[in-house]
Amino acid sequence: MILELDDVRVTLGGSHILQGVSFSVAPTGVTALLGRNGVGKTTTVKAILGLVPRTGRIDFGGDPVHRLRTHEIVRRGIGYAPEDRCVFAKLTVTENLALAERRGSAHAYDLVYELFPELKTRGAQAAGTLSGGQQQMVAIARTLLNDNRLIVVDEPTKGLAPKVVTEVAEVLERAAERVPMLLVEQNLALVRRLAGDGVVLAAGQVVHCGPVRELLADAALTQELLGVGQARGENVTLYTRPAPSGGSTHALAIVKDRQPPDEVSPPESTRSDAP
Amino acid sequence: MSTLVLLTLTGLGLGALYFLIASGLSLIFGLMDVLNFAHGALVTAGAYAAWRLTGHLPFAVAIAAAIATGAVLAALIETVLIRPLYSRPKDQILVTVGLGLALPALVQGIWGADARQLRAPRQLAGTVSVLGAKVPTDRFVLIAAAIVVLAALKLFLSRTRYGLVVRAGVEDRAMVTALGIDVRKAFTLVFAIGGALAGLAGALGGVYFGSVSPDQGTSLLVFGFVVVVIGGMGRTDGVALAAAAVGLIQQFTNYYAASGLGDFAAVAILAVVLLARGNRDGARRLIRRAA
Ligand SMILES: Nc1ncnc2c1ncn2[C@@H]1O[C@H](COP(=O)(O)OP(=O)(O)O)[C@@H](O)[C@H]1O
Ligand SMILES: [Mg+2]
Repeated sequence: MILELDDVRVTLGGSHILQGVSFSVAPTGVTALLGRNGVGKTTTVKAILGLVPRTGRIDFGGDPVHRLRTHEIVRRGIGYAPEDRCVFAKLTVTENLALAERRGSAHAYDLVYELFPELKTRGAQAAGTLSGGQQQMVAIARTLLNDNRLIVVDEPTKGLAPKVVTEVAEVLERAAERVPMLLVEQNLALVRRLAGDGVVLAAGQVVHCGPVRELLADAALTQELLGVGQARGENVTLYTRPAPSGGSTHALAIVKDRQPPDEVSPPESTRSDAP
Repeated sequence: MSTLVLLTLTGLGLGALYFLIASGLSLIFGLMDVLNFAHGALVTAGAYAAWRLTGHLPFAVAIAAAIATGAVLAALIETVLIRPLYSRPKDQILVTVGLGLALPALVQGIWGADARQLRAPRQLAGTVSVLGAKVPTDRFVLIAAAIVVLAALKLFLSRTRYGLVVRAGVEDRAMVTALGIDVRKAFTLVFAIGGALAGLAGALGGVYFGSVSPDQGTSLLVFGFVVVVIGGMGRTDGVALAAAAVGLIQQFTNYYAASGLGDFAAVAILAVVLLARGNRDGARRLIRRAA
């Protein structure tokens, strides 16, 4: 196991957000961290990285890291693409990538620019003027630049247009061939396609662990744990259409419910996220 | 005409002094959210370091000593007193306020409350004729120092790894650490840079006013804060413009309205800028709600 959490607890603003979370992340492939909105997925990820105060034990690559500071944990070999991307809006794309270069690691610009050719052509552009999808590419590129032993990606497709979701999925699939991944994702079609094991959180606790295929095959359990099928105003819900035999696995059908138009940004457009 | 020239260059000289103080304050607040009320004490420390050495050693050495004094004191303050308190911002403010009072008191205890004359070297004591006005040479020295500092800061921020870390940290500190960067090293560095500039401001301020006194730094700090608020936190260009504007308005008001009214004018601009900004934000909010 590359990462192991044992009885991790987080209290924020007086409320017990994580109440003893324990699970492990496989040393290969994608482990999905699932659960409805607000159950504590992002908090779990932040706890791993030491971005929130927490108790309990966290082992990374067999060594305890829960007493280390965030930058020390990251230097052990974790790449982190946070929810909402957190690119530096006023820095250029090139500067965003340069900032992510870690000492003592090779910097895989070849890979990054092969996966995201746009990041090269838009190198001098302020990251804040990129579309949401392009910003997500920057966030993922930052995790692939260094020799990481694990990458942690929090809701990479949140708020993206369907076409962009597919692009992100393809990139994550390629990334997962190289490095183990802990993936928080609401898009179950994508989870089914990428993830081996799944960990489901509810109310700050782990309520289910096991192969994703088995979980998603059980409609009742999926409904109970993930609430799929319920009207969820803020989420795009995706279902997998059975892929035509021998055909592509990219058959993602999208069902939107009460969703404001998400960003549909042609490659050439520039969209400012600044208020 | 000659009055106009004299007032303009004197105002710009004063603005240069404000810039040296405010640029450090602005970077420190932008990166660390620390309101450093001890910054004025660093100005005083630099002023006294320069005063002690002037006459004994070349003036350039006195200036260098003032810069070093500010930098070392600031780095010490950050690592020993501010660092343990990053999670307790209120205590942090109290500590800087306390230092801001204690250091000038210490200076007063050692060298007395009276202003001490700072004899600038002959090259700086003279005047230069510009369009019929006899402008004291030190004004040009101050303006030149501010321009050099502005250029150096911009180069540091745009061309160096630490500058990149500082700019990113101003936007999102947590994300910088999540990239494996020890952002606290940048904190100490920025504090030291701010301290160095405060020390320089102290020494050049001593030349500008012709004397040093324990409270000099604290009085200047007030205008430093005014400039930072007008110019913007963490925005070096904005701070430079605001510093020049405040210096000029102060000088012109003092001359054409009434002596002493210049300080009031500086605070008045601050109020106007804040109100205008408030209105703009308010207007934006209205537009957003309507949309
Ligand atoms: N800084 C905070 N202070 C108080 N509560 C928080 C804070 N951050 C998150 N929470 C709460 O913790 C819960 C879990 O949040 P989060 O981990 O973001 O959930 P998820 O990522 O699963 O949607 C939510 O109810 C959220 O409101
Ligand atoms: Mg989340």
